[in-house]
Amino acid sequence: MSDPASLGPTAGVAVPASTDGRPARRPHGVAGERTVAVLAGGISHEREVSLHSGRRLAAALRGVGLDVREWDVDGALVDHLRADPPDAVAIALHGGEGENGSVQAVLELLGVPFVGTPARACRRAWDKPTAKAELARAGLDTPDWIALPHTTFRALGAQAVLDAMVDRLGLPLMLKPDQGGSALGAQVVSNRAELPAAMVSCLAYADTVLAEQFVSGVEVAVTVVEDEGAPRALPAVEVEAKGGVYDYTARYTPGAAHFHCPARIDAATAATLADVALAAHQLLGLRDVSRTDAVVDAAGRVQILEVNVSPGLTDTSLLPTAAAAAGLDLGHLYARLVDRAVARCFT
Amino acid sequence: MSQHLVPATERFAARTAGMTASEIRALFAVASRPEVVSLAGGMPNLAALPMDALAGEVADLVAREGHVALQYGSAQGRPELREQICEVMALEGIRADPDDVVVTVGSQMALDLVTRIYCDPGDVVLAEGPSYVGALGSFAAYQARVVHVAMDAHGLVPSLLRAALETVRPRPKFLYTVPTFHNPAGVTLSVERRAEVLAICREYGVAVVEDNPYGLLGFSGHTYPALRSLDRDVVYLGSFSKTFAAGLRVGWALVPPAVRDRLVLAAESATLCPPSFTQMLVSRYLAAHDWRSQVKTYTEAYRDRRDAMLRALETYLPPGCTWNVPDGGFYVWLTVPEGVDTKAMLPRAVTARVAYASGTGFYADGLGSRQLRLSYCYPSPERITEGVRRLAGVLAAELDVLHTFGNPARPAVGRGPQAPSPSTP
Repeated sequence: MSDPASLGPTAGVAVPASTDGRPARRPHGVAGERTVAVLAGGISHEREVSLHSGRRLAAALRGVGLDVREWDVDGALVDHLRADPPDAVAIALHGGEGENGSVQAVLELLGVPFVGTPARACRRAWDKPTAKAELARAGLDTPDWIALPHTTFRALGAQAVLDAMVDRLGLPLMLKPDQGGSALGAQVVSNRAELPAAMVSCLAYADTVLAEQFVSGVEVAVTVVEDEGAPRALPAVEVEAKGGVYDYTARYTPGAAHFHCPARIDAATAATLADVALAAHQLLGLRDVSRTDAVVDAAGRVQILEVNVSPGLTDTSLLPTAAAAAGLDLGHLYARLVDRAVARCFT
Repeated sequence: MSQHLVPATERFAARTAGMTASEIRALFAVASRPEVVSLAGGMPNLAALPMDALAGEVADLVAREGHVALQYGSAQGRPELREQICEVMALEGIRADPDDVVVTVGSQMALDLVTRIYCDPGDVVLAEGPSYVGALGSFAAYQARVVHVAMDAHGLVPSLLRAALETVRPRPKFLYTVPTFHNPAGVTLSVERRAEVLAICREYGVAVVEDNPYGLLGFSGHTYPALRSLDRDVVYLGSFSKTFAAGLRVGWALVPPAVRDRLVLAAESATLCPPSFTQMLVSRYLAAHDWRSQVKTYTEAYRDRRDAMLRALETYLPPGCTWNVPDGGFYVWLTVPEGVDTKAMLPRAVTARVAYASGTGFYADGLGSRQLRLSYCYPSPERITEGVRRLAGVLAAELDVLHTFGNPARPAVGRGPQAPSPSTP
């Protein structure tokens, strides 16, 4: 495939070559293939998932001819961005600084184009209670909720507050850390006696707990992409967790959850679902790509559970499933988003 | 159209049921970041190895003996190395015939093969409680049921071993034990108890599998008599991972002649033969280098680290914590105050940039939620001190939350493997 003679002074060093024999790594600014830095890893609880997402995204982008670097978010990142500036950054970080807008803010500060939601909108979408309040204010359905920090329970007395919470939300209820993904720390609580222990476990992930009314129904995820300009919804993916709960193990063990795409819902509901996901995407100021997780309840209402600015891209993740069902290659999809990110910087 | 992903999963064997993604295990991914003090893993410290000299050995090995080193070899392992292994075992009182030694890809493979030979699905294995997580993994893979026998400061408690043998049915196939510098408990079976444990197992017709990777890493400058030195029927597992280099994956089993032939055939079906290259490198190292001094150097480094950890535990930990003082090996086993679930607390620790291995990973029966294992083998003494300081803060915060919610009883959290992978620092 590669022609050693054309490699010149770099012969003997492992330089990947593109199909036309040119060295794949080109100095920045030279016309030709785009350079993309995929950010993955980080130091959040979801580092493992992010590393999987990053490797998958990097391989997909290389598969469509882009020149990809893979960088962790650490003390070397800013130096990397300065010394070897890519045409754009694609963020495959989950949890923490990769989704709360911190990394995005730094990229904006350095003037580096990136795929995804701007920093300020990330911060809003990342904090689940904030995002839910915005969605509800705009008339979108989301399960009733209460978000409280540990300090409030401590100051006011936990039992009385928990009682009031159960009176309002009923049982079972859902407990989640107010920030973070991959269902880490999320639990369904079926009876009042289990609630204090579940609170303690949840508070190991975050200082504030989001308690939500539990909504049973068809669990779905809708990916929104802006690869063709205006946001469009990909077919909804229905999740059927074998054990009944779509927890971390069900999410990342192949075979532990079945995906149905398109979801087993009627056409009208599917259309509503797409509208809801698009509305959430636009309302929260999301950009390029997002995933809205929702439940279609017994009455056929679409209730938004959460909105993700950095959807998982692992082998068992929902976005790649939706893309495949829509006939989209993950590499081509993200390459178009990279193009958009670069173009944005010149407009 | 309905799309079902990865239908291959429908064809998996029942014994893979526990091989799932794990929320707890995923948290260990951050342990590789320099910001995190990892007290979770069990990676030996290689800082003291003479790398230049080893590089010379490797080059010479390939240049002079490459045609052998890069070729298949005997399924039982190279005779020269098996003789040297007998010399190593002699340090702990074992007199063995090289013919009864089977070289394996780490002693983990020997453990896997021994379980394969002994255990049908549903068979019972006795093991200390807590027990080495890698052994529990092997037993689970063969669908053996583990019954734990508790330890005290002097190791496995003989009366409890007897009680288990009286009551547990089906009759256990073997006792799996790490008698010296236990992983994870850090305790050592007293000399007096060694004969007693062997006698009890003999009385009940139960084999003994002795796993001894840490025996030469004692801090008091002496070794303990291996169980195998007292009873030739013991199946003995040894390793160069802690005394030389874990990455070479050279371990062995010393077994009674009746077991040997079957073990060799099992090894052959698993890997054809252990790597000639790494065996020859170990042989050269043992023959040409002062490996006893190297073990002494390792041990001194581990003792300094243990001392740093013990000082930090005394200085920082809140009341209600207890721990043992290990006299060798890699680990301190810590019991935390009532109500704290160390597995549920792990995300808080990761947020505070410290990692440990929660106790439930070392039990097959759900015990261990109040315990955790701290490794002092890999980080520097300064980092160990900082890690324990952070852990103390994590415990204080967890106790604060527990107090708020009235110290509720805790349900099990998460599924899948609970202990860090071998590559966790």
